[in-house]
Amino acid sequence: MQEYINIIIKAIFTENMIFAFFLGMCSYLAVSKTVKTSLGLGIAVIFVQMVTVPINYLLLEKVLKPGALTWLGSSFSEVDLTFLSFMIYIATIAAMVQLVEMIVEKFSPSLYNSLGIFLPLIAVNCAILAGSLFMEQREYQNIGEVLSFSFGSGFGWALAIVTLAAIRERIRYSNIPAPLRGLGITFIITGLLGIAFMSFMGIKL
Amino acid sequence: MSSKNLKLFTTPFNLQNPVTVQVLGICSALAVTVKLKPAIVMGLSVTIVTAFSNLIISYMRDYIPPRIRIIVQLVVVAALVILVDQILRAFVYDVSKQLSVYVGLIITNCIIMGRLEAYAMGNKPWPSFVDGLGNGAGYAMILIIIGFTRELLGSGSLLGHHVVPNAFFQAGYMNNGMMIMPPMALIVVGLIIWIQRSKNPELIESK
Repeated sequence: MQEYINIIIKAIFTENMIFAFFLGMCSYLAVSKTVKTSLGLGIAVIFVQMVTVPINYLLLEKVLKPGALTWLGSSFSEVDLTFLSFMIYIATIAAMVQLVEMIVEKFSPSLYNSLGIFLPLIAVNCAILAGSLFMEQREYQNIGEVLSFSFGSGFGWALAIVTLAAIRERIRYSNIPAPLRGLGITFIITGLLGIAFMSFMGIKL
Repeated sequence: MSSKNLKLFTTPFNLQNPVTVQVLGICSALAVTVKLKPAIVMGLSVTIVTAFSNLIISYMRDYIPPRIRIIVQLVVVAALVILVDQILRAFVYDVSKQLSVYVGLIITNCIIMGRLEAYAMGNKPWPSFVDGLGNGAGYAMILIIIGFTRELLGSGSLLGHHVVPNAFFQAGYMNNGMMIMPPMALIVVGLIIWIQRSKNPELIESK
Protein backbone atom coordinates (compact mmCIF):
# COMPACT_ATOMS: atom_id res chain seq x y z
CA MET A 1 0.00 0.00 0.00
CA GLN A 2 2.74 2.39 1.03
CA GLU A 3 4.54 2.24 -2.30
CA TYR A 4 1.35 3.11 -4.13
CA ILE A 5 0.81 6.21 -2.00
CA ASN A 6 4.45 7.05 -2.52
CA ILE A 7 4.02 6.92 -6.31
CA ILE A 8 0.92 9.11 -6.11
CA ILE A 9 2.61 11.75 -3.93
CA LYS A 10 5.65 11.74 -6.20
CA ALA A 11 3.56 12.14 -9.35
CA ILE A 12 1.52 14.99 -7.86
CA PHE A 13 4.21 17.06 -6.19
CA THR A 14 7.82 16.29 -7.05
CA GLU A 15 7.31 15.11 -10.62
CA ASN A 16 4.38 17.32 -11.46
CA MET A 17 3.51 17.12 -15.16
CA ILE A 18 3.41 20.90 -15.52
CA PHE A 19 6.05 22.25 -13.18
CA ALA A 20 8.74 19.62 -13.63
CA PHE A 21 8.15 18.45 -17.21
CA PHE A 22 6.09 21.22 -18.89
CA LEU A 23 3.61 18.73 -20.33
CA GLY A 24 0.21 19.81 -21.56
CA MET A 25 1.28 23.46 -21.55
CA CYS A 26 -0.80 24.41 -24.60
CA SER A 27 -4.18 23.71 -23.06
CA TYR A 28 -2.81 24.73 -19.64
CA LEU A 29 -2.17 28.26 -20.93
CA ALA A 30 -5.20 28.47 -23.21
CA VAL A 31 -7.94 27.17 -20.88
CA SER A 32 -6.81 28.64 -17.55
CA LYS A 33 -8.79 31.87 -17.77
CA THR A 34 -11.53 30.89 -15.28
CA VAL A 35 -11.56 28.38 -12.43
CA LYS A 36 -14.77 26.71 -13.59
CA THR A 37 -13.62 25.66 -17.07
CA SER A 38 -10.18 24.70 -15.87
CA LEU A 39 -11.73 22.43 -13.23
CA GLY A 40 -13.74 20.74 -16.00
CA LEU A 41 -10.66 20.18 -18.12
CA GLY A 42 -8.69 18.98 -15.09
CA ILE A 43 -11.29 16.33 -14.27
CA ALA A 44 -11.39 15.23 -17.92
CA VAL A 45 -7.60 14.82 -17.93
CA ILE A 46 -7.62 12.70 -14.73
CA PHE A 47 -10.34 10.54 -16.26
CA VAL A 48 -8.68 9.98 -19.64
CA GLN A 49 -5.27 9.46 -18.02
CA MET A 50 -6.67 6.72 -15.78
CA VAL A 51 -8.21 4.97 -18.80
CA THR A 52 -5.40 5.22 -21.36
CA VAL A 53 -2.27 4.58 -19.29
CA PRO A 54 -3.39 1.17 -17.89
CA ILE A 55 -4.58 0.10 -21.37
CA ASN A 56 -1.27 1.08 -22.92
CA TYR A 57 0.50 -0.75 -20.10
CA LEU A 58 -1.38 -3.94 -20.93
CA LEU A 59 -0.63 -3.48 -24.65
CA LEU A 60 3.05 -2.99 -23.85
CA GLU A 61 3.18 -6.08 -21.63
CA LYS A 62 1.16 -8.40 -23.84
CA VAL A 63 1.97 -7.25 -27.40
CA LEU A 64 4.91 -4.91 -27.81
CA LYS A 65 7.71 -5.99 -25.47
CA PRO A 66 10.35 -8.46 -26.65
CA GLY A 67 8.98 -11.87 -25.75
CA ALA A 68 5.53 -10.51 -24.95
CA LEU A 69 3.92 -12.41 -27.80
CA THR A 70 4.90 -15.83 -26.39
CA TRP A 71 1.23 -16.48 -25.63
CA LEU A 72 0.70 -16.80 -29.40
CA GLY A 73 3.18 -19.65 -29.63
CA SER A 74 6.87 -20.16 -28.98
CA SER A 75 7.87 -19.01 -32.49
CA PHE A 76 6.79 -15.47 -31.52
CA SER A 77 9.05 -15.25 -28.47
CA GLU A 78 11.77 -13.37 -30.41
CA VAL A 79 9.49 -10.64 -31.79
CA ASP A 80 10.23 -7.11 -30.56
CA LEU A 81 7.63 -4.53 -31.53
CA THR A 82 8.67 -1.70 -29.19
CA PHE A 83 9.58 0.55 -32.15
CA LEU A 84 5.84 0.73 -32.85
CA SER A 85 5.01 2.01 -29.37
CA PHE A 86 4.43 5.67 -30.37
CA MET A 87 1.96 4.68 -33.05
CA ILE A 88 0.10 2.21 -30.82
CA TYR A 89 -0.09 4.65 -27.89
CA ILE A 90 -1.43 7.55 -29.91
CA ALA A 91 -3.94 5.31 -31.68
CA THR A 92 -5.15 3.96 -28.32
CA ILE A 93 -5.45 7.48 -26.96
CA ALA A 94 -7.34 8.83 -29.97
CA ALA A 95 -9.67 5.82 -29.97
CA MET A 96 -10.23 5.88 -26.19
CA VAL A 97 -10.99 9.59 -26.19
CA GLN A 98 -13.58 9.03 -28.90
CA LEU A 99 -15.04 6.09 -26.98
CA VAL A 100 -15.11 7.90 -23.65
CA GLU A 101 -16.84 10.82 -25.35
CA MET A 102 -19.55 8.55 -26.76
CA ILE A 103 -20.09 6.69 -23.47
CA VAL A 104 -20.29 9.86 -21.41
CA GLU A 105 -22.70 11.40 -23.93
CA LYS A 106 -24.96 8.36 -23.74
CA PHE A 107 -25.04 7.77 -20.00
CA SER A 108 -24.45 11.13 -18.39
CA PRO A 109 -25.53 14.07 -20.57
CA SER A 110 -24.94 16.58 -17.76
CA LEU A 111 -21.30 15.51 -17.36
CA TYR A 112 -20.99 15.53 -21.15
CA ASN A 113 -22.21 19.10 -21.33
CA SER A 114 -19.67 20.26 -18.80
CA LEU A 115 -16.74 18.29 -20.28
CA GLY A 116 -17.97 18.14 -23.89
CA ILE A 117 -15.77 20.68 -25.58
CA PHE A 118 -12.65 19.56 -23.74
CA LEU A 119 -12.73 15.86 -24.47
CA PRO A 120 -11.64 16.04 -28.15
CA LEU A 121 -8.89 18.50 -27.18
CA ILE A 122 -7.41 15.92 -24.85
CA ALA A 123 -6.38 13.58 -27.67
CA VAL A 124 -3.58 15.99 -28.53
CA ASN A 125 -2.74 16.97 -24.94
CA CYS A 126 0.90 15.99 -24.48
CA ALA A 127 0.36 15.14 -20.79
CA ILE A 128 -1.71 12.13 -21.84
CA LEU A 129 0.80 10.71 -24.32
CA ALA A 130 3.61 11.50 -21.88
CA GLY A 131 1.80 9.50 -19.20
CA SER A 132 2.11 6.42 -21.39
CA LEU A 133 5.70 7.18 -22.40
CA PHE A 134 6.79 7.70 -18.78
CA MET A 135 5.00 4.49 -17.86
CA GLU A 136 7.19 2.69 -20.41
CA GLN A 137 10.39 4.50 -19.44
CA ARG A 138 10.06 4.06 -15.66
CA GLU A 139 9.17 0.37 -15.91
CA TYR A 140 6.40 0.13 -13.34
CA GLN A 141 6.12 -3.40 -12.01
CA ASN A 142 2.39 -4.11 -11.84
CA ILE A 143 -1.00 -2.69 -12.71
CA GLY A 144 -1.47 -1.20 -9.23
CA GLU A 145 1.63 0.98 -9.61
CA VAL A 146 0.51 2.01 -13.10
CA LEU A 147 -2.94 2.96 -11.81
CA SER A 148 -1.50 5.03 -8.96
CA PHE A 149 0.90 6.76 -11.34
CA SER A 150 -1.85 7.60 -13.82
CA PHE A 151 -4.09 8.99 -11.07
CA GLY A 152 -1.25 11.00 -9.53
CA SER A 153 -0.06 12.55 -12.77
CA GLY A 154 -3.59 13.47 -13.85
CA PHE A 155 -4.38 14.93 -10.44
CA GLY A 156 -1.15 16.92 -10.39
CA TRP A 157 -2.03 18.42 -13.76
CA ALA A 158 -5.55 19.32 -12.58
CA LEU A 159 -4.15 20.89 -9.40
CA ALA A 160 -1.72 23.01 -11.43
CA ILE A 161 -4.30 24.34 -13.89
CA VAL A 162 -6.84 25.19 -11.16
CA THR A 163 -4.18 27.03 -9.15
CA LEU A 164 -3.11 29.05 -12.17
CA ALA A 165 -6.72 29.87 -13.09
CA ALA A 166 -7.39 31.16 -9.58
CA ILE A 167 -4.33 33.42 -9.74
CA ARG A 168 -5.21 34.67 -13.23
CA GLU A 169 -8.73 35.59 -12.11
CA ARG A 170 -7.18 37.81 -9.46
CA ILE A 171 -4.34 39.28 -11.50
CA ARG A 172 -6.80 40.89 -13.90
CA TYR A 173 -7.11 43.75 -11.41
CA SER A 174 -3.43 44.52 -11.09
CA ASN A 175 -1.37 46.93 -13.13
CA ILE A 176 1.04 44.91 -15.27
CA PRO A 177 3.48 46.46 -17.80
CA ALA A 178 1.64 46.47 -21.14
CA PRO A 179 3.98 44.11 -23.09
CA LEU A 180 3.76 41.51 -20.32
CA ARG A 181 -0.04 41.55 -20.20
CA GLY A 182 -1.73 38.20 -20.78
CA LEU A 183 0.70 35.60 -21.97
CA GLY A 184 3.97 37.03 -20.63
CA ILE A 185 2.89 37.33 -17.02
CA THR A 186 1.25 33.89 -17.17
CA PHE A 187 4.61 32.34 -18.04
CA ILE A 188 6.32 34.15 -15.20
CA ILE A 189 3.60 33.15 -12.69
CA THR A 190 3.96 29.53 -13.79
CA GLY A 191 7.72 29.82 -13.28
CA LEU A 192 7.24 31.15 -9.76
CA LEU A 193 4.69 28.40 -9.00
CA GLY A 194 7.28 25.92 -10.26
CA ILE A 195 9.87 27.32 -7.85
CA ALA A 196 7.33 26.92 -5.05
CA PHE A 197 6.73 23.30 -6.06
CA MET A 198 10.48 22.65 -6.02
CA SER A 199 10.28 22.80 -2.24
CA PHE A 200 8.52 19.42 -2.33
CA MET A 201 11.64 17.86 -3.85
CA GLY A 202 12.95 14.84 -2.02
CA ILE A 203 9.74 14.10 -0.13
CA LYS A 204 9.40 10.39 0.45
CA LEU A 205 6.96 8.46 2.58
CA MET B 1 11.24 31.42 -54.17
CA SER B 2 8.46 33.88 -54.95
CA SER B 3 7.79 36.82 -52.65
CA LYS B 4 4.55 35.21 -51.39
CA ASN B 5 6.39 32.06 -50.38
CA LEU B 6 9.17 34.12 -48.84
CA LYS B 7 6.57 35.89 -46.71
CA LEU B 8 5.14 32.51 -45.65
CA PHE B 9 8.62 31.55 -44.55
CA THR B 10 9.52 34.72 -42.64
CA THR B 11 6.35 35.71 -40.72
CA PRO B 12 6.71 32.80 -38.26
CA PHE B 13 10.02 34.28 -37.11
CA ASN B 14 8.48 37.34 -35.54
CA LEU B 15 4.85 38.44 -35.93
CA GLN B 16 3.39 34.91 -36.15
CA ASN B 17 5.96 33.08 -34.05
CA PRO B 18 4.51 29.71 -33.04
CA VAL B 19 5.90 29.81 -29.49
CA THR B 20 5.66 33.41 -28.31
CA VAL B 21 2.63 34.61 -30.31
CA GLN B 22 0.49 31.61 -31.18
CA VAL B 23 1.41 29.78 -27.92
CA LEU B 24 1.86 26.39 -29.59
CA GLY B 25 4.36 23.66 -28.84
CA ILE B 26 5.42 25.06 -25.49
CA CYS B 27 5.92 21.71 -23.75
CA SER B 28 9.02 20.62 -25.58
CA ALA B 29 10.30 24.16 -26.05
CA LEU B 30 10.84 24.41 -22.31
CA ALA B 31 11.93 20.92 -21.42
CA VAL B 32 14.84 20.36 -23.79
CA THR B 33 16.55 23.73 -23.41
CA VAL B 34 18.85 23.18 -20.43
CA LYS B 35 21.72 22.78 -22.91
CA LEU B 36 22.17 24.21 -26.38
CA LYS B 37 22.84 20.95 -28.23
CA PRO B 38 19.57 19.13 -27.47
CA ALA B 39 17.75 22.39 -28.24
CA ILE B 40 19.30 22.50 -31.72
CA VAL B 41 18.59 18.81 -32.39
CA MET B 42 15.00 19.19 -31.19
CA GLY B 43 14.47 22.31 -33.32
CA LEU B 44 15.77 20.50 -36.41
CA SER B 45 13.62 17.41 -35.77
CA VAL B 46 10.46 19.46 -35.34
CA THR B 47 11.23 21.49 -38.48
CA ILE B 48 11.65 18.33 -40.53
CA VAL B 49 8.50 16.68 -39.18
CA THR B 50 6.40 19.84 -39.63
CA ALA B 51 7.58 20.43 -43.19
CA PHE B 52 7.15 16.87 -44.40
CA SER B 53 3.84 16.21 -42.64
CA ASN B 54 2.51 19.43 -44.20
CA LEU B 55 3.72 18.21 -47.61
CA ILE B 56 2.21 14.72 -47.27
CA ILE B 57 -1.13 15.88 -45.85
CA SER B 58 -1.37 18.56 -48.52
CA TYR B 59 -0.98 15.89 -51.24
CA MET B 60 -3.64 13.77 -49.51
CA ARG B 61 -6.02 16.61 -48.61
CA ASP B 62 -8.64 15.84 -51.27
CA TYR B 63 -8.84 12.17 -50.33
CA ILE B 64 -9.13 12.44 -46.51
CA PRO B 65 -12.72 12.10 -45.24
CA PRO B 66 -13.24 15.11 -42.93
CA ARG B 67 -14.69 13.04 -40.07
CA ILE B 68 -11.56 10.98 -39.50
CA ARG B 69 -8.98 13.59 -40.49
CA ILE B 70 -7.45 13.88 -37.00
CA ILE B 71 -6.59 10.17 -36.88
CA VAL B 72 -5.17 10.26 -40.43
CA GLN B 73 -3.04 13.27 -39.49
CA LEU B 74 -1.84 11.64 -36.28
CA VAL B 75 -0.83 8.48 -38.15
CA VAL B 76 1.18 10.43 -40.75
CA VAL B 77 2.89 12.48 -38.04
CA ALA B 78 3.56 9.38 -35.88
CA ALA B 79 5.20 7.61 -38.84
CA LEU B 80 7.51 10.59 -39.47
CA VAL B 81 8.35 10.84 -35.76
CA ILE B 82 9.25 7.14 -35.62
CA LEU B 83 11.65 7.76 -38.53
CA VAL B 84 13.24 10.75 -36.76
CA ASP B 85 13.48 8.80 -33.50
CA GLN B 86 15.22 5.84 -35.14
CA ILE B 87 17.65 8.17 -36.97
CA LEU B 88 18.49 10.04 -33.76
CA ARG B 89 19.07 6.76 -31.93
CA ALA B 90 21.36 5.55 -34.70
CA PHE B 91 23.51 8.66 -35.13
CA VAL B 92 23.36 10.85 -31.97
CA TYR B 93 22.53 8.35 -29.24
CA ASP B 94 23.57 10.58 -26.31
CA VAL B 95 21.32 13.44 -27.42
CA SER B 96 18.49 10.99 -28.05
CA LYS B 97 18.88 9.80 -24.43
CA GLN B 98 18.76 13.40 -23.15
CA LEU B 99 15.62 14.17 -25.16
CA SER B 100 13.98 11.01 -23.70
CA VAL B 101 10.18 11.12 -24.05
CA TYR B 102 10.16 14.49 -25.78
CA VAL B 103 11.00 12.97 -29.18
CA GLY B 104 7.82 10.90 -28.96
CA LEU B 105 5.95 13.98 -27.84
CA ILE B 106 6.63 15.67 -31.20
CA ILE B 107 3.52 13.71 -32.29
CA THR B 108 1.31 15.81 -30.05
CA ASN B 109 3.24 19.02 -30.65
CA CYS B 110 0.47 21.53 -31.27
CA ILE B 111 2.49 23.40 -33.92
CA ILE B 112 2.30 20.41 -36.24
CA MET B 113 -1.41 19.74 -35.74
CA GLY B 114 -2.10 23.48 -35.93
CA ARG B 115 -0.30 23.90 -39.26
CA LEU B 116 -1.91 20.78 -40.70
CA GLU B 117 -5.39 21.99 -39.78
CA ALA B 118 -4.90 25.65 -40.56
CA TYR B 119 -2.76 25.45 -43.68
CA ALA B 120 -2.01 22.09 -45.26
CA MET B 121 -5.65 21.00 -45.43
CA GLY B 122 -6.45 23.91 -47.76
CA ASN B 123 -3.34 24.71 -49.75
CA LYS B 124 -1.08 23.30 -52.47
CA PRO B 125 1.87 21.06 -51.51
CA TRP B 126 4.77 23.44 -52.18
CA PRO B 127 3.43 26.46 -50.21
CA SER B 128 2.46 24.04 -47.41
CA PHE B 129 6.00 22.69 -47.33
CA VAL B 130 7.42 26.23 -47.09
CA ASP B 131 4.88 27.11 -44.39
CA GLY B 132 5.90 24.05 -42.37
CA LEU B 133 9.57 24.88 -42.83
CA GLY B 134 9.01 28.47 -41.67
CA ASN B 135 7.01 27.52 -38.59
CA GLY B 136 9.49 24.83 -37.62
CA ALA B 137 12.34 27.30 -38.02
CA GLY B 138 10.52 29.94 -35.96
CA TYR B 139 10.12 27.35 -33.21
CA ALA B 140 13.77 26.29 -33.52
CA MET B 141 14.86 29.92 -33.21
CA ILE B 142 13.12 30.37 -29.84
CA LEU B 143 14.53 27.03 -28.64
CA ILE B 144 18.05 28.10 -29.57
CA ILE B 145 17.67 31.48 -27.82
CA ILE B 146 16.45 29.80 -24.61
CA GLY B 147 19.07 27.05 -24.82
CA PHE B 148 21.83 29.60 -25.39
CA THR B 149 20.77 31.74 -22.40
CA ARG B 150 20.31 28.81 -20.04
CA GLU B 151 23.53 27.02 -20.91
CA LEU B 152 25.62 30.22 -20.87
CA LEU B 153 24.29 31.49 -17.53
CA GLY B 154 23.62 28.10 -15.92
CA SER B 155 26.74 26.13 -16.78
CA GLY B 156 29.06 28.81 -18.21
CA SER B 157 29.52 26.80 -21.40
CA LEU B 158 28.17 26.59 -24.96
CA LEU B 159 27.73 23.26 -26.76
CA GLY B 160 29.76 21.74 -23.92
CA HIS B 161 32.80 24.05 -24.34
CA HIS B 162 33.65 26.40 -21.51
CA VAL B 163 33.31 30.00 -22.67
CA VAL B 164 33.27 31.97 -19.44
CA PRO B 165 36.97 32.66 -18.73
CA ASN B 166 38.48 31.31 -15.50
CA ALA B 167 39.50 34.84 -14.50
CA PHE B 168 35.81 35.63 -14.03
CA PHE B 169 35.38 32.76 -11.59
CA GLN B 170 38.46 33.86 -9.64
CA ALA B 171 36.98 37.35 -9.44
CA GLY B 172 33.91 35.88 -7.74
CA TYR B 173 31.59 35.12 -10.70
CA MET B 174 29.31 32.11 -10.14
CA ASN B 175 27.18 29.99 -12.44
CA ASN B 176 23.50 30.59 -11.79
CA GLY B 177 22.25 27.20 -10.61
CA MET B 178 18.65 28.35 -10.89
CA MET B 179 19.01 28.51 -14.70
CA ILE B 180 19.31 24.72 -14.87
CA MET B 181 16.08 24.24 -12.93
CA PRO B 182 12.84 23.80 -14.92
CA PRO B 183 11.02 26.93 -13.65
CA MET B 184 13.64 29.29 -15.09
CA ALA B 185 12.75 28.15 -18.63
CA LEU B 186 9.28 29.60 -18.13
CA ILE B 187 10.64 32.86 -16.80
CA VAL B 188 13.10 33.15 -19.73
CA VAL B 189 10.20 32.68 -22.19
CA GLY B 190 8.24 35.33 -20.26
CA LEU B 191 11.17 37.74 -20.68
CA ILE B 192 11.51 36.95 -24.41
CA ILE B 193 7.80 37.72 -24.82
CA TRP B 194 8.28 40.97 -22.91
CA ILE B 195 11.14 42.07 -25.19
CA GLN B 196 9.36 40.99 -28.38
CA ARG B 197 6.14 42.78 -27.49
CA SER B 198 7.81 46.01 -26.51
CA LYS B 199 9.49 46.00 -29.97
CA ASN B 200 6.18 45.15 -31.71
CA PRO B 201 3.42 47.11 -29.94
CA GLU B 202 0.74 45.59 -32.23
CA LEU B 203 1.21 42.27 -30.38
CA ILE B 204 0.26 43.71 -26.97
CA GLU B 205 -2.93 42.14 -25.61
CA SER B 206 -5.82 44.46 -24.80
CA LYS B 207 -7.00 44.51 -21.23
